[in-house]
Amino acid sequence: MLADLPLLSLVIWAPILGGVLVLFANKEEQAPLAKIIALVASVITFLLTIPLYTGFDLGTYEMQFVENTPWISAFNINYHLGVDGISMPLILLTAFTTILVVIAAWENVKKNVAHYMAAFLIMNGLMIGVFAALDSILFYVFWEAMLIPMFLIIGIWGGERRVYATIKFFLYTFLGSVFMLVALIYMYAQSGSFGILDFQGMKLGMTEQILIFLAFLLAFAVKVPMWPVHTWLPDAHVEAPTGGSVILAAIMLKMGTYGFVRFSMPITPDAAQNLDWLMITLSLIAIVYIAFVALVQKDMKKLIAYSSISHMGFVTLGFFVVYTIMENTGSVQGAAMGIEGALVQMISHGFISGAMFLCIGVMYDRMHSRLISDYGGMANTMPVFAGFMVFFAMANAGLPGTSGFVGEFLVILSAFKANFWIAFLAATTLIFGAAYTLWMIKRVVFGEVTSDKVAALKDLSNREFFILGTLAVAVLLLGLWPAPLLDVMHSTVDHLVQQITQSKLP
Amino acid sequence: MPDLMPALPEIFLLTMACIILLADLFISDKNRVFTYLLSLATLAVTAALTVTLHTPEPVYTFDGLFVSDSMGDVLKVFVYLVTAVAFIYSRDYLLTRKIFQGEYFVLGLFAVLGMMVLISAHNMLTIYLGLELLSLALYAMVAFQRDSSDATEAAMKYFVLGALASGMLLYGMSLIYGITGTLDISAVHTAVAGLENSKQLVLGLGLVLVIVGMAFKLGAVPFHMWVPDVYHGAPTAVTLFISTAPKLAAFAMVMRLLVEGLGDLHDQWQDILIIMAVLSMAVGNVIAIAQANIKRMLAYSTISHVGFLLLGILAGTQAGYSASMFYAIVYALMGMGGFGMIILLSRAGFEADQLSDFKGLNERSPWFAFIMMILMFSMAGVPPTLGFYAKFSVLQAVVGSGLTWLAVVAVVFSIIGAFYYLRIIKLMYFDKAEDMQPLETTTDMKVVLSANGLGILLLGLAPGGLLALCTAAIG
Repeated sequence: MLADLPLLSLVIWAPILGGVLVLFANKEEQAPLAKIIALVASVITFLLTIPLYTGFDLGTYEMQFVENTPWISAFNINYHLGVDGISMPLILLTAFTTILVVIAAWENVKKNVAHYMAAFLIMNGLMIGVFAALDSILFYVFWEAMLIPMFLIIGIWGGERRVYATIKFFLYTFLGSVFMLVALIYMYAQSGSFGILDFQGMKLGMTEQILIFLAFLLAFAVKVPMWPVHTWLPDAHVEAPTGGSVILAAIMLKMGTYGFVRFSMPITPDAAQNLDWLMITLSLIAIVYIAFVALVQKDMKKLIAYSSISHMGFVTLGFFVVYTIMENTGSVQGAAMGIEGALVQMISHGFISGAMFLCIGVMYDRMHSRLISDYGGMANTMPVFAGFMVFFAMANAGLPGTSGFVGEFLVILSAFKANFWIAFLAATTLIFGAAYTLWMIKRVVFGEVTSDKVAALKDLSNREFFILGTLAVAVLLLGLWPAPLLDVMHSTVDHLVQQITQSKLP
Repeated sequence: MPDLMPALPEIFLLTMACIILLADLFISDKNRVFTYLLSLATLAVTAALTVTLHTPEPVYTFDGLFVSDSMGDVLKVFVYLVTAVAFIYSRDYLLTRKIFQGEYFVLGLFAVLGMMVLISAHNMLTIYLGLELLSLALYAMVAFQRDSSDATEAAMKYFVLGALASGMLLYGMSLIYGITGTLDISAVHTAVAGLENSKQLVLGLGLVLVIVGMAFKLGAVPFHMWVPDVYHGAPTAVTLFISTAPKLAAFAMVMRLLVEGLGDLHDQWQDILIIMAVLSMAVGNVIAIAQANIKRMLAYSTISHVGFLLLGILAGTQAGYSASMFYAIVYALMGMGGFGMIILLSRAGFEADQLSDFKGLNERSPWFAFIMMILMFSMAGVPPTLGFYAKFSVLQAVVGSGLTWLAVVAVVFSIIGAFYYLRIIKLMYFDKAEDMQPLETTTDMKVVLSANGLGILLLGLAPGGLLALCTAAIG
């Protein structure tokens, strides 16, 4: 029965309709109702995504749960949805994170609760749409539409410099995306279709490929974000409310890297191969240089924001070392390992960075400060919280047994097959990552109680315990037993490796 | 005796406009709303006539002076729609300023008649006739608020510059007539195709002058100087009208003259249009950032939209023309909503034309802040609003005709443009309200304005129908 339902459409539109519904409960006294509707809508969305996992066919790389109906026939644009082993886990992650965000806002969002909840629900649907779209214009519509709720979330519920941060965020991402739009239109002019799968199959000359690759790069690099177009992220993170930071870090950044495996590499494989040195260099700069930048941050949210950029560098590295590995060893297995590591890193970073931002949110709700120097000795007054915080920090630093380790380890391992020095530089992050996270932990969690304010802190409420506990279980589970996730990816990644190493020159 | 049927909507509208003009003399101020309702009814019946009399094949009448075809009919229906909405938005504005007079509606109807003639013209004389009828009505409408010196100044400027532009257009037409020996659009087309080389120079001069005249009417850079001043000085109700419906007619004029008449000179006018389009997008978007008055800001925004509209035309393909037509219609819908919002915020003695008047609108009225947000995102071209598909379709036409670089230039300017639209949203949503007076207006305006904004969002989810309509109308 489940197979007959248009599952993907349901997963996209259920939260959006839920969001519209919440808007009707926008009076101040209706806030509890708004919260309940939001929770129900987000839980229903998550439950709807579960059949995507249980009903997923592991044996094929073909798109599954496909829906395809004409949408704008004048331009041959279709409402074409489908998932493979790369996008399906991301959809689950999105729906899962949204529930946590809704719960996290339960007590601490006081202004326009209904609008806040509606924005997150609508964004949930749009983000799932990005991962499920197989028509490039449908993808673009979701990709851009998503900016609107985020723009409002940062701008309305954000911190002091929220206006600057949100306009910077919007214009940066808009700037990147419009070039992608021109590239998509160009390919339509050549092929007569906007289908992503059709683009993947079409022949393109080298110059065209390079230009298209660069246009895509601009769009995706801003989103990832890669050095040097990363400067919007620390600003946006610092000013965004907790929920906004969580969604930004856990989901939105993944869209950039998702774009690389869905668009850049399969559509312009020759350009990707030609420019892999550029991508590897940018990734290494992100990994090493940004880690140094993170080390000196005074603001915890900024620190985690920079740490995100550094970790996302791993993802792009894992993607683009593929070409060198294939040249050196010719082994599809080795190349696939790098990509799988990168994909696991995407999911894992979604959990860990989300958890870190939620931890900071917990502290901020109590102290109204994000500065490391205002804290100290929290382990004495909030022992349970301190336990979680240390755990997630360890995961962020890539401690074996946590999900953070699996992805980084696979990427470093495959980087060794490509080049010793690339692997060496990437591996330094294990040291720097540990350095900046643990140093922060030392100053915030351990040591003497530094102020009366800290001394008066209350430990986690049940609600907070539930959120962090769920994430901790997810991080551990993925760290100890990543096989269910890897199994889902295998066929798709093997196919992807073949696809991206095959020349598309005419 | 020529066949009058194809021109029946025009004849009906003319008759009704005269009747309303006379009837209005006998209506007391208290019952003035009767004039308003009669005008709306006239537009509705004219629309019904246009739709009923529509034929898939073009019909020529009055010895080829007049044509009734799909493109014309679609544009006309949107002209009626936009005008009717403009009337609805204006009612409250005119009432609170004590200028709720029959002349506004009669002049509006005559302007509509001018647009209809312009849209259906198949002869350069008819084009000129329609254009002048439209322009004269508009000049008078701008000066309509007699005791406002701003409005009078704007009307004067508009009239002088408009007359100059008409002169240019007429001179261009006369040169083309001199070379081809005909005023008929189809005949000009045939004559140009077989023209000997020695006459090309004069023809080129005629072409340039015609383009200047049209660029003025459209408000394309460098013939845009009047736009901000007139938009700013005219009463908002009039600005609303002149910024929307006449653009549809101007699009038709470009199609008739450049494409149907001088289509073979595409290579020559393409370059001119490229320069004008790029300049319009650049000047419009950049200068709009510096405006503190929202009417001026929207005026510069219009200039940049005209740049986009020209992109589709200069592509020189069927897809390009229909994209431009789609753009013109979408622009009219958005502009209507944008100026409608200013009218909504204004009240007696307060024009609400400063950007700061939008501060904290979300606290005063979350619903209309939402509507304005849709309009602004649509003007910026952010999906899923209708404005995105308008930009998307012209970009596609431009890329399709091999001008990818021009598409890149266009998107860069649209990013610059996004900034000032975002600023309005910032004012409405992120700033505190300074003025907490509730928004008061008539129910019909509230309903229509809501429908206007929501329509732009919902049509954005399913733009296929409107796009297909434009494609069919051009093809």
